Amino acid sequence: MVLNFNERSPFTFLMCVICIASLGYGANVMAFEPTSTSPSKLPPWSQVEDTDPDPDPGETTQAVFTLNYPRIQIPFEITLWVLLASFAKIGFHVYHKITVWVPESCLLISIGLIVGGIMHSLHEKPPAVLTSNAFFLYMLPPIVLDSGYFMPTRPFFENFGTVLWFAVVGTLWNSIGIGISLFAICQIEVFGVQDITLQENFLFASIISAVEPVAVLTVFEDISVHEQLYIVVFGECLFNDAVTVVLYNLFNHVAALEVVEAGDVFLDIGRFFVVGLGGTIFGALFGFVTAFTTRFTGKVREIEPLIIFLYSYLAYLIAELFAISSIMAIVICALTMKYYVEENVSQRSCTTIRHVIKMVGSVSETLIFFFLGVVTITTEHEWNWGYILFALLFALLWRGLGILVLTQIINPFRTIPFNFKDQFGLAYGGLRGAVSFALAFTLPDNIGRKDLFITGTIVVIIFTVFIQGITIRPLLKLMNVRKTNRNQETINDEIHKRLMEHTVAGIEDLCGQWSHYYWKDKFMKFNNRILRKILIRDNHPESSIVALYKKLELQNAMEVLDQMSGDISAAPSLISLHEERKNASKSRKKFLSSDVTNMHELLSKNMYKIRHRTVSYTNKHTLPDDITAREILMRRHTSLRRSLRAGSFHGTNAAKMSQKYFSLPMGRSLNSRFPPRRLVHAGDGDIESEINYSSIRHPQRVSSKAVMPLRPLNTLKEVASSVNTVDGQNEEQRGCRRSHLGSNVSRSGHLTSHLPHGSSRNCSDGDHDAWVEEPQNNSDVQHPLMRRPHWLPQKPHDK
Amino acid sequence: MGSTNSTLLKIPNVEVLMQETGLKLVAEENCLNVSPAHIIRLHDRFKALDKEGRGHLCPHDFGAIKELAMNPIGDRIIGAFFSPGKETVDFHTFVKILAHFRPVDKDRPKEPNSPEPINSRSNKLKFAFQLYDQDKDGKISRDELLQVLRAMLGMQVTDEQLESIADRTIQEADLDRDDTISFEEFRKSLEKINIDHKMSIRFLR
Repeated sequence: MVLNFNERSPFTFLMCVICIASLGYGANVMAFEPTSTSPSKLPPWSQVEDTDPDPDPGETTQAVFTLNYPRIQIPFEITLWVLLASFAKIGFHVYHKITVWVPESCLLISIGLIVGGIMHSLHEKPPAVLTSNAFFLYMLPPIVLDSGYFMPTRPFFENFGTVLWFAVVGTLWNSIGIGISLFAICQIEVFGVQDITLQENFLFASIISAVEPVAVLTVFEDISVHEQLYIVVFGECLFNDAVTVVLYNLFNHVAALEVVEAGDVFLDIGRFFVVGLGGTIFGALFGFVTAFTTRFTGKVREIEPLIIFLYSYLAYLIAELFAISSIMAIVICALTMKYYVEENVSQRSCTTIRHVIKMVGSVSETLIFFFLGVVTITTEHEWNWGYILFALLFALLWRGLGILVLTQIINPFRTIPFNFKDQFGLAYGGLRGAVSFALAFTLPDNIGRKDLFITGTIVVIIFTVFIQGITIRPLLKLMNVRKTNRNQETINDEIHKRLMEHTVAGIEDLCGQWSHYYWKDKFMKFNNRILRKILIRDNHPESSIVALYKKLELQNAMEVLDQMSGDISAAPSLISLHEERKNASKSRKKFLSSDVTNMHELLSKNMYKIRHRTVSYTNKHTLPDDITAREILMRRHTSLRRSLRAGSFHGTNAAKMSQKYFSLPMGRSLNSRFPPRRLVHAGDGDIESEINYSSIRHPQRVSSKAVMPLRPLNTLKEVASSVNTVDGQNEEQRGCRRSHLGSNVSRSGHLTSHLPHGSSRNCSDGDHDAWVEEPQNNSDVQHPLMRRPHWLPQKPHDK
Repeated sequence: MGSTNSTLLKIPNVEVLMQETGLKLVAEENCLNVSPAHIIRLHDRFKALDKEGRGHLCPHDFGAIKELAMNPIGDRIIGAFFSPGKETVDFHTFVKILAHFRPVDKDRPKEPNSPEPINSRSNKLKFAFQLYDQDKDGKISRDELLQVLRAMLGMQVTDEQLESIADRTIQEADLDRDDTISFEEFRKSLEKINIDHKMSIRFLR
């Protein structure tokens, strides 16, 4: 692992920044009071004078050069910390192999440890910005909103029962189990912790039961774990944050009481449900209000993202006001509004919303891990071997037990039961994270052993994040690999296996979900009849499918231009492959073993994974990418277009050249088909302008051409939305519409090889038309896939 | 179970279907062995896909399923439902094709005269084979293999890499050196893989 200069420079830069930041910080001895919440804290003026490194020349007279640090201090420091955390993130990805083996939380904590070390050596205290209010009001909402917004709705609702089961019952089991065991330990005199009451034990236990799935999910993705497990882990984390916070508040309140009566306990349990359900209802309400508001923002696109954020945050704050579960409120708000909002807002707003949520959420989480590292070094720790080690032990033990027992109970109700490997992944993947730390750090001071609890939490977090986080990947791979003997697998095996995986995934999707079908169906009917009418704006939003379609048309135009001038277009072409085949000799090639290894690597890196969408949406550290989806769709479009234009795959070079011209109708110049005006609309148009354009340009094709781009999209929109579930991703819907067009036409593309050339000439009347239309059924071969969809009007041919 | 019985009656020719697919009202041995609850669910799904209530499905009903559209080989899977010459698929065919994906019954004693069950290993392999072999000539040509590879691999893979992978695949499997893969060669090349595990959907058990 030799670092060349280019790779070394970000690291050195990073270290410099760290040093400068901590020194610059150390120049100011200020420490915030722990309980103060107002952001307008200012140090006493005298301190500035003491530590000001640049003494003002001639203070009594007019100062030429002044330094007014206190004025900018607070924003400055916040900015520096966030910047530092961002540099850390940039630094990690320089070496992408690091992030594969070591979860990002590990790295962040390490950097935090380093900075903490520097600060400690300078005898500085870290900024006590992690106050209770700062955490709960400013840092937690973005994290939770991030998780909630990017939750893939369909798989989530399919596994709703399991998710809730693991989240709620699992966390309760963990908390109570750990609490009771620790209380038992406390009774043993040797450890010297007898003063910790049962309530305080429960409080501590609830803090260390909150798990974080981040590292686990990345590992799962690589070993192609079943999608259901993915969602369960993701959903469990989200909801157990909510449960933990509720329990925390509950036990906090209870810990303050001297005596706990049975009546209180029942009240607490009742309160628990009220809080949870209240949060849910609240969130749903806010979600609908947001959706309704976005219905009217057609003219003021710029404030759309702002509305989303404001409403979500408002939901959170008002829930806090009533002391009901604010996490549930914001999560449910995000879930409900996503579906409607993404249909109402513009494409740009949609992207902005996603970007900002991801950004703020990840910054928040990064900061918390960072502080964890810093605080570890710089605080006064209270160490108690027995208590802390047992806490760690029980945390791991109870989680493992919990998962085992809970899975046994719920497996019969699941359509796809969890096997042992899944359970191991669930149990071992229970890393603790940001929320635990923040909760511990913000414990009120009336808890006697607050420092012990903080230390204990930090130990548990660091242990799970480092040890479990780093070892989970090899372990899971080992368990996975045991079944198949990787080394003896041939290329054949790999390809066919992946094909079968895709097939099974496709058939499963075809069969649809099984268990909650009744409710989903009912909800969809209600949704279509009532909700959509109220919450979604009537006229068509600028949809990404139209944009993508236009972009592809543009690309199409470019390619036709290229081919006319004799260049080979850039997209991978099966026709060129076919040419080469003719030229290639039939002798058998010799494959070296290194070639084969390369092929294996190529395949494992580039073959599409199944169910990519769910996986990409649950990746916490990056925005979901739809590159795969776009590739698939674009490929369909390209291959269809090519096949329709060429007529068949078996054409010779000369025939191909002439066939390329089939795409242009006789006597028309290129400009009339792809006029520059179209380019203007490539990003932003809407459908009305397209209709106007086409009716002006091609008066003889009055209805068909004008109607054709519009009608299919309309029909498909209804089709897509009525069949499919409450899935928030508008992209998917649009992708469906688009790929539906594509899939229809690509199937006919497969068939053109059977058609005689004559009919292909008919259908290649224009790529634009070919896109939405299927070729005429002149041939004798009645192939099922050639069936003209009934929603397309009869296209007049003027040939 | 009363409601399920009445629902069963609504499905046309349900007895024939049950015979062919195998139904566990009594523990008989039949070819397909899909249980009544599954048939009812599949029927519900069929009806949901068939929005206009025509009683049969056509390609664009399948195309409306989002996830299938995002599947790299989604259009091939859809094509597999429509036998050559037919434009629609009715419920019987629908269930029969899905029955391919039932896990194999391990405890079924082998009767020499009974027809091979639809979810046998051989039939599953035939299903996979037909996903490759679009022109139905019984062989996977190099072109067809290239098409499938192209569909399953990302855009970063160059044409040359694709071709060498395809060549290697054919070389490994092709025993009679005709540069295509026949069904027998296909089957032989996959003998080590647990097809039952790979090509089964657990909830169709």
